[in-house]
Parts: sequence; C-alpha cells; structure tokens
Amino acid sequence: MIPLSWYLILAAGLFSIGLFGVLARRNAVAILLGVELMLNAVNINLVAFWRYGDVALMAGQVFTIIVFAVAAAEVAVGLALVISVYRRRNTVVAEELDLLKW
Amino acid sequence: MNFWNDPLKVAADWLTGIFVGWGMNDIFAHVLVVFLGIFVLIMILMVIDIFLVWIERKVVARFQDRIGPNRLGPYGLIQPFADIIKLMIKEDTTPDGADKVVYNLAPMLSMMSVLILWAVVPLAPVMLGVDLNAGVLFIIAAGSIGTLSIIMAGWSSNNKFSVIGAFRQVAVMISFEVPMLAVMLIPTIFSGSMGMNTIIQSQNIWYVFLSPLAALIFIIAAIAELGRAPFDLAEGESELVSGYNIEYSGMKFGMFYAGELLHAFTFGGFWGILFFGGYRFFGLEQVSPFLAIAIILFKALLGYWIIMWVKYTVMRIRIDQMLAFNWKFLTPVAFVLVMVTALMNAILRDAGSWLYVSGMMLSNVVVAWVSLEVVRAAGKKQRVQVEGVKQAAEAHH
Amino acid sequence: MTAEQIIFLIVGAVTLLSAVLVVTVRDLVHAALWLVATLFGVAIVYTLLNAGFLAVVQVVVYIGAIAILFIFAVMLTRRQTAADTGAALNKNWWAGALMSVLTFAGLAYLLQSWSGFSKQASAIPSGFDAINELGGALTSPAGYVLPFEVASVLLLAALVGAVYLAFNKK
Repeated sequence: MIPLSWYLILAAGLFSIGLFGVLARRNAVAILLGVELMLNAVNINLVAFWRYGDVALMAGQVFTIIVFAVAAAEVAVGLALVISVYRRRNTVVAEELDLLKW
Repeated sequence: MNFWNDPLKVAADWLTGIFVGWGMNDIFAHVLVVFLGIFVLIMILMVIDIFLVWIERKVVARFQDRIGPNRLGPYGLIQPFADIIKLMIKEDTTPDGADKVVYNLAPMLSMMSVLILWAVVPLAPVMLGVDLNAGVLFIIAAGSIGTLSIIMAGWSSNNKFSVIGAFRQVAVMISFEVPMLAVMLIPTIFSGSMGMNTIIQSQNIWYVFLSPLAALIFIIAAIAELGRAPFDLAEGESELVSGYNIEYSGMKFGMFYAGELLHAFTFGGFWGILFFGGYRFFGLEQVSPFLAIAIILFKALLGYWIIMWVKYTVMRIRIDQMLAFNWKFLTPVAFVLVMVTALMNAILRDAGSWLYVSGMMLSNVVVAWVSLEVVRAAGKKQRVQVEGVKQAAEAHH
Repeated sequence: MTAEQIIFLIVGAVTLLSAVLVVTVRDLVHAALWLVATLFGVAIVYTLLNAGFLAVVQVVVYIGAIAILFIFAVMLTRRQTAADTGAALNKNWWAGALMSVLTFAGLAYLLQSWSGFSKQASAIPSGFDAINELGGALTSPAGYVLPFEVASVLLLAALVGAVYLAFNKK
C-alpha cells in the first residue's frame, strides 16, 4: 500500500514547480499555467487527506470540486485580462506591462 | 455457468487457467487476460469500422440516387479493403514547419478518444468493460480528448486553413458539450445512476417515451460533436478545403476518417443506450448474451443511419448561426428541461407508472411548445425589424 | 513493492517531469500540451486514491475546458506565428528557483515532523458509494450547500466578467 507521505511529497513537488513557473516565467499566460499547477497540487492534498482520513467525511472531495470551479473562474477571467491587455499594448510579457511603475 | 450464458467470464477464466498453468503469477495472468480482452474488442471495432466505410458509401449513394461501390465482391463489400490498401501505400507527407511530434500524435489521440468510449458500453447484461459509476461523464471526458486532438492537428500542421478549421470545430465541440451533458442528466434522473448498465437495466419503459425532447436534443448535440453535416463547418469544403485535417495524407488521414465514422456509430449506440433501452428488447436479451449484442449493434446502426440521413439531407449552416443556435436555443431549452424533469420526478416519484410516464411526456411537450413559441415570437420581431429597414432603404432611393 | 506503488512511482515521475517542462519550455503551445500531460497524471493519482469521479471531472474540466482555453489564449496573443520571441524565463529566474526549492524543503520538513505523515489508508467500507455521498454532501443544508452555491455564483460572475473584459468594443 502507498503511505500518505508519497502523495504529500508529490503535491509539494508540484506546488514548488508551479511556484517556480509563477515567479520565473515572462509570459503572462505561462504564469497562469504555473498557477494551475499549484491548484492541482492543492487538489491532490485534499483528495489524499479525504482518502487517508475518515472516508465518510466528504469535505476533501467537496472542496476539490470547489477548487475546480475556482480554477475555471480564474482561468476565464485571467485569460480574458491577458487578451484584453494584448489588444491594447500588443504584448503579454509581464515585465513590459509597467505602466503603473514609475 | 456455461459459455453461452456468460462467455466473457468463462473465456477469461479459461485463459487465466492456461496462463497460471504455464507458471505465471496470478495477478500478472489476470492483467494479461484483461489486456487481451481490450485487444480483441479493439480488433472487432476496427473490423466493424472497415465495414462502416462501405455502409456510409452505400447509404450516401442511395440518398443521392446512385448505386455506390458495386465492383469488388458482392455488393462491393471488398471495396473498403481496397480503400485501406490505397490509404496505406499513399505517400505519407509532413508539411514544412510542422511540429512533428504533435502532428503525428493528433490522429492517434483522435482514434483513441473514440475507442475508449467503448470501455463503458454495455454489450450485454454480463458483457461490459467497466461499469463506471460516472459513465455519463466519461463520454464527455472522452470527447474532450477528441477536442484536444483536433486542436493539436490544426495547430501542428502549420497551415492557416487548418488552424481556422480547428478553431471552428473546437468552438463548436465545447459549446455543444453543454446541452449534451445537460440532457444526459435526464436518464440519470430517471434511473438514479450515471452508470450505463444501471441506466439500461432501469429502462422498463424506454426513456424516449418519458423524454422525447431530451432524445432529440441529444442527437442534435451528438451530430454537432461529431462534426457532421449540417454542422460540418470545420470541413467547409468551399472555404476551408478540409478543415483541421487538410495537411494529413495516407493512413494518418485514414485514422481521422475512420475515427469519425466509428464516432458516429458509437454515438448512435449511446443514443440507443440512453433513450432506447440499450441491449433490452422485450426480454430477448435474457435469452443469450449474443442476442443482446446483436440488439445493441442493431440499435447503434439505426442511430448511425439516422445521423447519416441528417447528414445527407440538411445543408451546412454558418458558424455564427450554429453558435447562436446552441447558446440561444439548445442550451437554455436543455437546462429548462433538466429542471422541469427533476421537478416532475420529485412530484410524481410515488405516483403510478402510467401517471409518471404521461406526466413526463406532457411536461416535455409543454417545454417544446413554449420554446418554439418563444422562438417564433423572436423570429417575427426580427423579421419586422429587417423588413422595416429594407423598406426604409427603398424609400431613400 | 506492490503493483500499486510501482504505478504511483511511474505516474508521479511523469507528472513531475511534465510539470517541469510546463514551466521551462519556450514554445507556449508545447507548455500547454505538457500541462495536459500533467493533468492526466493528476487524474490517475485521483484514481489511485479511489476518487474515480474526481478523475473524470478533472479530465472534463481541466483538459476539456481549461487546457483548451489556454491553447486558444496562446494562439490569440502571439506576436509571430512561427515561434515565441525572447527568453522563456525572466532574469531573476534563479531567485524564483531558490524560492521554490526553499518552499519544497520547508514543506517537506514540516510534513515529516507531523505524526500522521506515513499513515496507511484504511480500507473503504463495503457498499460505500463516493458519488452518492458527494452528491448528498453538496446539496444537503447540513453539508456544504452554501459553499457550493457560492462557487456557482462565482462562476457566473467570472463568466460575465470574462465576456465583458474580452469583448471588443467598437
């Protein structure tokens, strides 16, 4: 049988990789890709805690579903923002979007 | 338990016995037998697929008042084999600047998305791959892999026509998934399960009698999902030559083509499963599993024939008309229908079966009538607007 | 090693590898396709955790909608169709790498000092239907009906907001 630790380490690894993507990528769409990885890592944790705790308590699965909804909302709004920025400024590179920086 | 009552289990036990007799590990033998089962199922499906080419060509010929393939073998039955040999020995081209890995992966994914659908198709009461308790969702999940394969094919071909075709097709597929999933919830409400086998088992009365509107919406959404006429705007021969698969040749094109045919056949089968009782036909399925398989294949062929009938009768519509049709008509109607059905189910759950059926059917008729009236009123308003503008333009001249 | 463990190790390795490719590959369409591979890996992890329904939902929502949306967005925001210009990572990427390694180390340290870290799963009781339980939990007032409704309102708001933002005002 697989101990809980394996899932937690996998999730931690996925979360750190996602964090690296968010911090290091230049393209705004790629930053959103990193956020997706982090959300998936959270989901693995939630489902693993559901399975290794009391399975009759559905909180883990319920919040996984809610994270799905939040991820979908985040992607829809995030990509709409990226596309709208691209229309005005003709770039999606995060460091070139520096109008608020003086 | 003998072979004729449960052929799958008997054959599996027999094979496992042989493998274990050879000194194999128990688990390993079991896994091997499962893999062999999958392999055999895929082989049978591919053979069916070959004959679907013949059926399609023969039927389209009849619709167009021709005879169709008739030279090779009786009724041209050998023709599809000749077609396949031709496809295989054709030159396999890859366009300049194509993304090679993605380009080669796309046809495989397309075929795969169709083949994995058969994992949840119950062929007989005792013969099914997995009785997945999320079977209805699984169909949509497989469809999303198909969507992915199309966008991969369109993008990797390095051709603007294929990208436009892929965009159109993917927009259509994602949109029509919504009403399709909504109406697939209606058999789920009736049977209380998302598992395909449970849905079939609980159809003492075919669900098409309980919810004819749902069956209609399902087949419309399925045709759109398949990308067949009148929704074949990905191909759009006159504008896009062949849509997302324009750059593919030889067997890679063949895989898209065969995948499309098998997909249509499969959705004919799902139509039969969800609304026409699947393998059930007046208790005949209890006689022998082989009879049950024959019944479900017959229903799938009938559904496939109806899809072909629509394809060769109705003309292609424009992309904006099609998306408007989905978002402004089909999706709201499907959602309203799900809500009405759930409500009626809650009210009539304890009523007698005749009251239940007639109540459900009546609610369907009411929903259909109201939605048609709304559409008619909107159409009238628009016509007045357009004709008013036209008269104004004439007055100006 | 049991078969389950071997499957987990293979799936986990593939998932992490494709995740690394998601954040490092320069061509963004490739990054999105690697994201699809990662998401498939996560779906298989769900099945290993006996959450088959969530695995199917993962494929429907993430691969069928979110990954496709990403590919659309990448294609709509390109300067050239041939290839992305410029480097994939910004010039402070080493700081990001340091941060993520530190995060991983910190998480691993915290987790291994927790008593339930190497817990084994108890068997699922027979007759336990996860979908049924989940449906009940999502819709019963004693369960999670409020978060569920809030999530649906959030989705609606996101839908309206996305349409408003991306709409091309003429």
